[in-house]
Amino acid sequence: MTQAMEHVKLAREIDRLSTVEIIQELCSGFVELHGDRNYKDDKAIVGGIGKIAEMSVTIIGNQKGKNIEENIFRNFGSPHPEGYRKSLRLMKQAEKFNRPVLLLVNTAGAYCGVEAEERGQGEAIARNLLEMSQLSVPILSIIVGEGGSGGALALAVANEVWMFEHAMYSILSPEGFASILWKDSTRAGEAAEVMKLTADDLLAENIIEKVIPEKKENEWIPREEFLADLKQQITLKLKDLKSLTTNELVDKRTARFRKF
Amino acid sequence: MRLFKKKRRPYISLPIETAVDDHIPQVPDGMFQKCPSCKQAIYTKDLGAERECPKCGYAFRITAQERLNLIADKDSFEEWNKEITSTNPLNFPDYEEKIAQAKKKTGLDSAIVTGKAQIEGFDTALGVMDSHFIMGSMGQAVGEKITHLFEEATKKQLPVILFTASGGARMQEGIYSLMQMAKTSAAVGEHSRAGLLYITVLTDPTTGGVTASFAMLGDIILSEPQALVGFAGRRVIEQTIKEKLPKNFQLAEDVLAHGFIDKIVPRKELKNSLALLLDLHVQG
Repeated sequence: MTQAMEHVKLAREIDRLSTVEIIQELCSGFVELHGDRNYKDDKAIVGGIGKIAEMSVTIIGNQKGKNIEENIFRNFGSPHPEGYRKSLRLMKQAEKFNRPVLLLVNTAGAYCGVEAEERGQGEAIARNLLEMSQLSVPILSIIVGEGGSGGALALAVANEVWMFEHAMYSILSPEGFASILWKDSTRAGEAAEVMKLTADDLLAENIIEKVIPEKKENEWIPREEFLADLKQQITLKLKDLKSLTTNELVDKRTARFRKF
Repeated sequence: MRLFKKKRRPYISLPIETAVDDHIPQVPDGMFQKCPSCKQAIYTKDLGAERECPKCGYAFRITAQERLNLIADKDSFEEWNKEITSTNPLNFPDYEEKIAQAKKKTGLDSAIVTGKAQIEGFDTALGVMDSHFIMGSMGQAVGEKITHLFEEATKKQLPVILFTASGGARMQEGIYSLMQMAKTSAAVGEHSRAGLLYITVLTDPTTGGVTASFAMLGDIILSEPQALVGFAGRRVIEQTIKEKLPKNFQLAEDVLAHGFIDKIVPRKELKNSLALLLDLHVQG
């Protein structure tokens, strides 16, 4: 297995910290809010409001399951259009009440299915990209596991994008990439090498702003310590972003993506 | 045992010519074409300048130049950013060669032509994607040209008309292609915030990352008849759900029925429809 493919495997590890676990550590009194007010509540995305160090924050993220049953319930973290519409609703709500938005991304991609198509998967993602580019409150997005394709980007049009050390972020899964370009999904390892999907590679390419280390001297950092440090970094960044004016926030976010 | 002995069939075997495509009529090249939609053989001349199937109305895929000829007023098109072309940000093997071939084949420098044009006298910023250039896929060149189109249109207070035709993101440019979705959508957002009109015309095919960004963001979304419009590819969905999909799945008519397209317009009427919509947005 190639080194990049090892990385992909770690990013997909079922025992990785999930969005709900991170939220529980980050904030006190988190209230989960449900539904897109149009069709249904998408379980692949959780969202709500909580306090991080005295600061009210809207937090939204993909939730994967830890076993098959949970994964079926969560649709393996792959949202239908309603998931994106729920996130947009909550982001607009955050804008109304001038709360920063924290996004936690962990999805192989938007769900590929008949109903998802019929209810406008493409439109839902596109709408998020546009609206997020114009949102007047700070947005911080952290890719905590898999960041797959447009389905991940729809939660990552942010002022800053961070990644956990062993997370991945790419245009498509390495399997899909190899299958499209070489008609051979078994060459996924090779694809993963070419794609520059590891956190370190993406930092070097200036696609992201920060890598959150998960290991110290080749040992996994204990979860409590890792999350305490994460909380501190998030708090500092959100406070920093909150000091910007509405126009500065939008301009900086737009400029961030303009350079690509 | 004789009872179970296989009867020898009284046939002689003939060699089967597998290499011959029996659905292609054996007539002089180019005289007939098969409609990709209704599968009927069409006398090429019957397609007309618009290249529409006379039997089912399907609008054949056309080049950016053919589109400009049909839509822009004569001699009104002024091209912008022709020189922008793809680089190879991931150093993907053989990609430069692929680009060079596409350039040679199409005479274009990227999968989209952008510029300023008049449509029945109305000034517009116009973008036309060309599926003949690596399936119209969006990498940095396409993303940059579209973003610039919206920026210029915002500066010059022009409406944007965009003809989409794309298989989605340009895989060879990896994460940089993905970023184009956010970049172009943000540019649409700025243009929209300035109160300007954006019309998309979806043409066959409009899929993937293009559907999931600027294609679905028009104030008004038109489509040509029977264009394929979707996010995920048919094959990917069939593999995911392990079922065959109906024939009309992701056809513009079906997408319209689900509420994601404003109107399907036959190619012959497209220029007039656009002019009418542009006129309806002129404040008296």
